[in-house]
Amino acid sequence: MTIPKDKMLEMLHFLMLSRRFEEALTDLCRIEGKIPGMMILCTGQEAVGVGMVAALRPEDVIITNHRSHAHLLTKGADPKVLMAEIYGKRTGCNKGKSGTLHLALPEIGAPCTSTVVGAGPPIAVGRAFAQQYRNEPGITVCFVGDGATGEGSFHEALNLASLWRLPVIFVCENNRYAGAQRQEEHTRIENIADRAAGYRMPGVVVDGNDAMSVYTTALDARARAAAGEGPTLIECKTYRWRGHGESDPQLYQPKEEIAAWRALCPVARMRDAVRARGLISAEDLKAMEARVETLVQEAIRFAEESPYPEPHEALEDVYA
Amino acid sequence: MPQLTMGQALNQALKEEMTRDDTVFLAGEGVGVSIHDNPMLPTAGLLKDFGPRRVRDTPVSEAAIAGLAVGAAEAGLKPVVEIMFNPFFTLASDMIVNHAAKLRYLSGGKSTFPLVVRIKSGAGFGAGCQHSHNLEAWAAHCPGLKVIMPATAADAKGLLKSAIRDPNPVVFFEDMMLYFAPGPVPEGEHLVPIGQADVKRPGRDVTVVTWSRMLGVAFKAAEQLAGEGIDVEILDLRTLVPLDRAAILASVRKTGRLVVLHEATRTGGFAGEVAAVVMEQAFESLKAPLRRVTGPDIPVPASPPLERFYIPDAEQLVKAIRGIL
Repeated sequence: MTIPKDKMLEMLHFLMLSRRFEEALTDLCRIEGKIPGMMILCTGQEAVGVGMVAALRPEDVIITNHRSHAHLLTKGADPKVLMAEIYGKRTGCNKGKSGTLHLALPEIGAPCTSTVVGAGPPIAVGRAFAQQYRNEPGITVCFVGDGATGEGSFHEALNLASLWRLPVIFVCENNRYAGAQRQEEHTRIENIADRAAGYRMPGVVVDGNDAMSVYTTALDARARAAAGEGPTLIECKTYRWRGHGESDPQLYQPKEEIAAWRALCPVARMRDAVRARGLISAEDLKAMEARVETLVQEAIRFAEESPYPEPHEALEDVYA
Repeated sequence: MPQLTMGQALNQALKEEMTRDDTVFLAGEGVGVSIHDNPMLPTAGLLKDFGPRRVRDTPVSEAAIAGLAVGAAEAGLKPVVEIMFNPFFTLASDMIVNHAAKLRYLSGGKSTFPLVVRIKSGAGFGAGCQHSHNLEAWAAHCPGLKVIMPATAADAKGLLKSAIRDPNPVVFFEDMMLYFAPGPVPEGEHLVPIGQADVKRPGRDVTVVTWSRMLGVAFKAAEQLAGEGIDVEILDLRTLVPLDRAAILASVRKTGRLVVLHEATRTGGFAGEVAAVVMEQAFESLKAPLRRVTGPDIPVPASPPLERFYIPDAEQLVKAIRGIL
């Protein structure tokens, strides 16, 4: 299929925004006292989130995990409130309660980021059940890593979703590593998508560094889910440029391997495709880059200038 | 007032709330079918009344059942899910402890999770420790969960209805031996507020704080001691979280003596929390050291004499009360 020009440009924008947002975080989290807690990034694998979410509609819901930034930005999160939350500021999307690991934006259909590996799929089952129960047009997408497919909760959820023909897509963002474990160290199967057969649902393998392939695959799975035909498991083969977190020295990732995957950069790939098709002039591309830079710098300024919560605000949003 | 067993009272609560509100649905292993379609049990007949859209018999998948509740609740439905036996709480616990309990807080108050997890609990049917293990203190230790454990049929009905209407996650422990215990139950709209303890027997000399099936043991001991002129006050907590500290303190300030009684094991049991509340806020009222009567720190054994040894009885409670008079 030919992807419309607007969609191509939208995906390029979010690829660049996700990349620049995380490049900024890479630098900021090295400054002592600037950003609290862990810093876990999706740099290098942005095409999965961008391509998937670009295929969704506003009424669709995503359930994401610790590598959530590209998912959330593409779903429409304001970079300012995301950055402020990552800084631990009161103006953050969750008033400083969640930090980068549990970002929750129900207002854009992204109600849950769970960092418990494998916890997303059962919750996605519940969210999709509600859509089916109320006969709503929306569907649910759940992002997991390859490591999550070793959790029992992943299998329970896929089985139930298939059994009840729920409108849900499970997206395995296979970045080759679960923590410091290579895929062959945690499973004997080559394609995570093969697990779908055990639940009688389609399992699809796609190039996770190609946003266009992810997008077209997502459209098919979305149509299937919305038509009541049930869930799909999509495995997106990609690679994590950074460590598990920013404190990880990546001793287990061969330098040549990282270099080889950097050559397959999903942002550059989309930019080249857009240029090759004549969808954007050199001048307009520059303007797009400048807009992205402005969004990131404004987000940082907003976060820097925002106040921290008062300590007693820890007791707000408590009911028991 | 009609006499119903607790199982029938819970059934009435489910039926009334499902009739009242289409967003309420049930899910769990064997809910409303097979051995559970027994007129004495809570989900009997509901599949016939409400159909398979709203009464969902699930695969044996506790994590998925609990996750179903979390996701559906976020979307605004009111799931009532069932965990077949209390020890299986462990299989559902990530969804309950890390998600149901925490996601509202993590969202900065944006999302709510109006869900109820019904957990069948208690010892006394000879199944042993992987079917009998009361874990209410675990649930109470997780901020973000309301914890209910009723002792009478009327309270069970009124509290379950309140739990279903509550906008936050509630863990509702039902003692299976009480399913068959009859009591007067008000018809129709009968709501018991969450977080209110109830003086089930007023008395002068000693306070027994208890909940769930141990209420019966407390009554047995109180009747025995009444013959000796000892007047026992029985306070049924009904709700562990939020805890009705005022009711505990008022009773202890009146009687000056306290025994806490629960079926769960001793170390880290909820009696310790009740005791700490009294020591911090009513120490000056105590005329004697407080006491705990609980299950011993062992798994619940299967053989009848061993299981009887495990479950606290009136004799142990009478002895504890005499010890502080």
